[in-house]
Amino acid sequence: MGLDFSVIPGYIDIVLLGCLWTIAITVAAALLSFFGGIFFAVIALYAPAIIRLPFRLFEWVFMGTPLLLQLFLIYFGLVQIGVDLPAFVAGVIGLGLHFAVYNSELIQTAILSVDKGQMEAARTVGLSRGQALRKVVVPQAVRAVIPPIGNNMIALLKDSALVSVIGVSELTLSAQRAIGATYRPFEFYILAAAFYYVINLCMEWVQRRIERRIALSR
Amino acid sequence: MTDRTTYVQIRHAQKAFGTLEVLKDISLNVERGQIVAIIGPSGSGKSTLLRAINDLDPLTSGEIWLDGVQVNKSLPFRQYEKHINEMRQQIGMVFQHFNLFPHMTARGNVTMAPKMLKGLSDKEADALAEEQLDKVGMLERIDYYPSQLSGGQKQRVAIARALAMKPKLMLFDEATSALDPELVDEVNQVMKKLAEEHMTMIIVTHEMDFAAAVCDRVLFMDQGVVVEEGPPSVVFKNPEKERTRAFLRKHLETAS
Repeated sequence: MGLDFSVIPGYIDIVLLGCLWTIAITVAAALLSFFGGIFFAVIALYAPAIIRLPFRLFEWVFMGTPLLLQLFLIYFGLVQIGVDLPAFVAGVIGLGLHFAVYNSELIQTAILSVDKGQMEAARTVGLSRGQALRKVVVPQAVRAVIPPIGNNMIALLKDSALVSVIGVSELTLSAQRAIGATYRPFEFYILAAAFYYVINLCMEWVQRRIERRIALSR
Repeated sequence: MTDRTTYVQIRHAQKAFGTLEVLKDISLNVERGQIVAIIGPSGSGKSTLLRAINDLDPLTSGEIWLDGVQVNKSLPFRQYEKHINEMRQQIGMVFQHFNLFPHMTARGNVTMAPKMLKGLSDKEADALAEEQLDKVGMLERIDYYPSQLSGGQKQRVAIARALAMKPKLMLFDEATSALDPELVDEVNQVMKKLAEEHMTMIIVTHEMDFAAAVCDRVLFMDQGVVVEEGPPSVVFKNPEKERTRAFLRKHLETAS
């Protein structure tokens, strides 16, 4: 039995829909991981110990355990304590927080390496510490780590396939469904791979545009 | 000595890092519109004194007064933060390394604080940016980022940023020390212009010629004390103290 791509058109709608779900979950989780990463970084560096220490535990859980397990916990585990999240939402939260913790590590280092003259200059015009962080220090730190954050976002796209296990019909799961109906795994996995690749290219293009836009302001 | 009308007063300023005393009981009065230069070898405490005035480096003891209000008065933490932020709005500072905000254009650098702290509208802030950048001769570069500017241009924008808060006092911490020699003059010209407008200024500098030309008074500091103080004509031409003479001699040698 050789390759036969003529089966694809009959199921292309399912796979395309899966593709849209993958894009939706990736964009939502990426936004959560970006802003969450900034928020976590500021907490990790500046919050009082009573907030910072529990946060460290949270950070350790998200960095030290498999993403798959985290998704199971959020989707199947939370139901037991009465938090019944739709699979899509659970997937976005799981992916988003997981990568927020990684982004936070990057941003923390970047915040600490912003020249301390920046904070001083902001304070001397009368800004409070919080205002100076928000307007001066954090924006510079984030600009400095846009490239590695971009890499994290590509990893996030690829890991979004994991949310298929909690039943979100994203690209990988859609491909599997098409395979279930046609018994043509090779063709549909290749198709899915091609779609991932295209999304990947789009993300790299967006990243390059952002980098070019902030090039002068660094 | 503590004449209440004196604009800036430093009273018995002391500062120690552990057992190292960097400022040993320094008092200084500056009248409104006066320009005072602080000179001295590195490690003499001159920058620390300047940075104590707006509480960047808090004093161990002593008082700083500006226009009848104590800058470093003792208050509970939160109230003090509010108070010091208000005081700092009235004290402009210019740094050796400019410390412009690299993620903002010249316009953004100038307008950020007035917009945030004084609630200026975009239109008012733009007018302010144009006015202040014009004053330092940087109007043409209003939408440039710091990375597109030379050192002298950056420092002029930094001066405009400080002026935009309409400060009562300007502090210059070796404002031209990091500049290539050919860029020093454009910054000095701006400072001269401020002097003509009777801005009250305290200037830490290594440039004796500039200090002599612009300042009303010169302080020579060494090892945390004011060794000699007086009009530039006396301190530079006819210093009383041997330490001042030695410093000026050495400085002239290295300068030439």
